[in-house]
Amino acid sequence: MTIEIENLNAYYEGLQAVSDVSMSIPERAVTALIGPSGCGKSTLLRCINRMHEIVPGARVGGGVRLDGADLYAADADPVEVRARVGMVFQRPNPFPTMSIAENVLAGFRLRGERLSKADSESVIERALHSANLWDEVKDRLKRAGTSLSGGQQQRLCIARALASRPDVLLMDEPCSALDPASTQAIEDLIAMLRAEHTVVIVTHNLPQAARVADRVAFMATTETGDGGHLIEYGTTDEMFNHPVRSATQDYIAGRFG
Amino acid sequence: MRIARKRRIADRGFTIALACCGLLALIPLISVVWTTASRGLRRLDWDFFTQSMRGITGAGGGALHAITGTLLITFAATLIAVPIAIGTALWLVEYAAGSTSPVIRALARTVRAVIDVMAGIPSIVAGLFMYAVIAVTVGPGYRSGLAGAMALVIIMVPVVERSGEEVLARVPSELHEAALALGVPKWRMILKVVLPTALPGLVSTLLLGVSRIIGETAPLLLVAGFTDSMNYDLTDGRMVSLPVYVYSQWQNKGVDAAAYDDRAWTAALVLLAGVVLLHGLARLVVRRRNQTR
Repeated sequence: MTIEIENLNAYYEGLQAVSDVSMSIPERAVTALIGPSGCGKSTLLRCINRMHEIVPGARVGGGVRLDGADLYAADADPVEVRARVGMVFQRPNPFPTMSIAENVLAGFRLRGERLSKADSESVIERALHSANLWDEVKDRLKRAGTSLSGGQQQRLCIARALASRPDVLLMDEPCSALDPASTQAIEDLIAMLRAEHTVVIVTHNLPQAARVADRVAFMATTETGDGGHLIEYGTTDEMFNHPVRSATQDYIAGRFG
Repeated sequence: MRIARKRRIADRGFTIALACCGLLALIPLISVVWTTASRGLRRLDWDFFTQSMRGITGAGGGALHAITGTLLITFAATLIAVPIAIGTALWLVEYAAGSTSPVIRALARTVRAVIDVMAGIPSIVAGLFMYAVIAVTVGPGYRSGLAGAMALVIIMVPVVERSGEEVLARVPSELHEAALALGVPKWRMILKVVLPTALPGLVSTLLLGVSRIIGETAPLLLVAGFTDSMNYDLTDGRMVSLPVYVYSQWQNKGVDAAAYDDRAWTAALVLLAGVVLLHGLARLVVRRRNQTR
C-alpha cells in the first residue's frame, strides 16, 4: 500500500501542528519520521489513520491516499480507516481485562466480528509469530496481557495490530518506553515486517532511524506557530550521509533538537 | 538546650492530644456497635427471620416482612438509579468532556450543578417530593414499595453518579486510543473496553450507593408506609423496611414494651450487619482491583 500525503495541514484547537506536508511513502518499506519535539511528526502519523481528529477541536486539511483512495473523502468512514491502518503507541497498552489471546483478537472482538474457534487459533498463532512473540507466550495464552514484560507487551500490541491484517502499520515512538534489550527485539521485528508491510515509524532516536528505516523524512518548525514542515525526505543513506538542507545537517549532527 | 526541651514537650503534648481526638471519635462508634449487638442478640432467633408481625401484639413475631421489604425496595431503587447514574457519568466523561460545542459544555455544567445540589438534598425532602408527585398523579392515599424506591432513587443517583464519574475518568486514555485505533466504533469501545476496565470500581460505587439508601427511614415512612404483614408486591400496598420497622417498634410499643424494644434492637443489628457486610464487600472488590493492577 503506497501512501500519498497531499498538502496536509493539521490543527489543534487554535494551533497549527503540521504545515503543508506532501510526501509519498512507498509500500513494503519502513519510513521513519524524525525531527525535534513538537515538529508535528506524531500528528502527521496520526493523520494517516484519522486518529488525529479524536482530540477535541482537532482539524485536518488536505488529503491522504492509500493506493489512490482518499481517506479524507466525504464518504470515508474514520472507523473503517482505522481498521485498515494499524497503530502501535509509545507506551504498550494491552487491554488489562483481556488475556494474551484475547488481546490479539481484540480488533475482531471489539468490532463485533465473529471468528470460528479454528480461525481464532490460526489468527492468534499467525499474529504472535509475526510479532516474534509466539515462542515466549504460547504456553500461557490465557494469562493476562498485562502480566508480560514491557517489551513483550509492546510486541503483543504489535500482534494485536497485525491480527487484523492492516494495509499499513503506524508506530509512534514504539521503543521510547522500553529498555535496550526490548528495543532490540522490536527493531528486529520491524526489520522482519518490512518484507510484507508498509511501516511508518516516528522516532526520536536517530541511530534507530538509521538502523530500521529505508527512507527518512525530517520535519521541523520553521517559525513558531506555523506548525511542522517537511524539510527533507530521502533514502536513509542520503539523509544521514549526504543531507542537502542545512537544517537536516544540523539536526543529524546533533546541533539542535 | 532549653528550647529543644520545650519543643519536645510541646511536640509530645500535641501528639497525645491528637491521639485522644482519635480515641474520642472511636468511643461513640464502639458504643453504638456494642449496644446494638448486646441488645439485638436477645431476639436474634429463627422466628425473627421467618415471621412477620401480623397479629402479634406482645412477644414473638419477627421482621421477615421488613427484611423482604428492605431487599425489594433497595433492589428496585438500585435497578432504577444505577443505569441513570452510570449513564449520566458516561455521558459527562466520554462525550461532554471531549466536546468543543458550547451548548454541550453548558449542559454538562448544568447537569453537574444539579447533581451537586441533589447530593445535598435532605432525604425527607426527597420523600416529600415523591409524596407530592404521587398525590398529584396517582392519588394522595397511594402507598407502595415502588414509590419508596423512587424516593430513594433521588438520593442514590447523585451518590453513584459522582463516584462513578471518578471511576470512569480513571480509565486510561491509552486504552481508549488502543480501541479506537483498531477501528472500533466509540459506543462499542465504551461497552467493551471502558465499562469492563472500570467494572471493579463501578461495583464498589454501586455498593456504596446501596449502603447509602439501605438505612433511609424518613422518605419511606412518607411514601411506602408501614405494615405488619408480608407484601411481595412493590407496586401495590404498604411495604415496610428495616429502618421503618425499627422506628415503629420503638414508637408504638404495646403492653409488653420490652418485646417491642428487643425487636427494634435486633432489626437495627441486622441492618448494621448488612451495611458492614456491604462495606466489607466494597473494600474487597477495591483491594482485588488494586492487586490486579
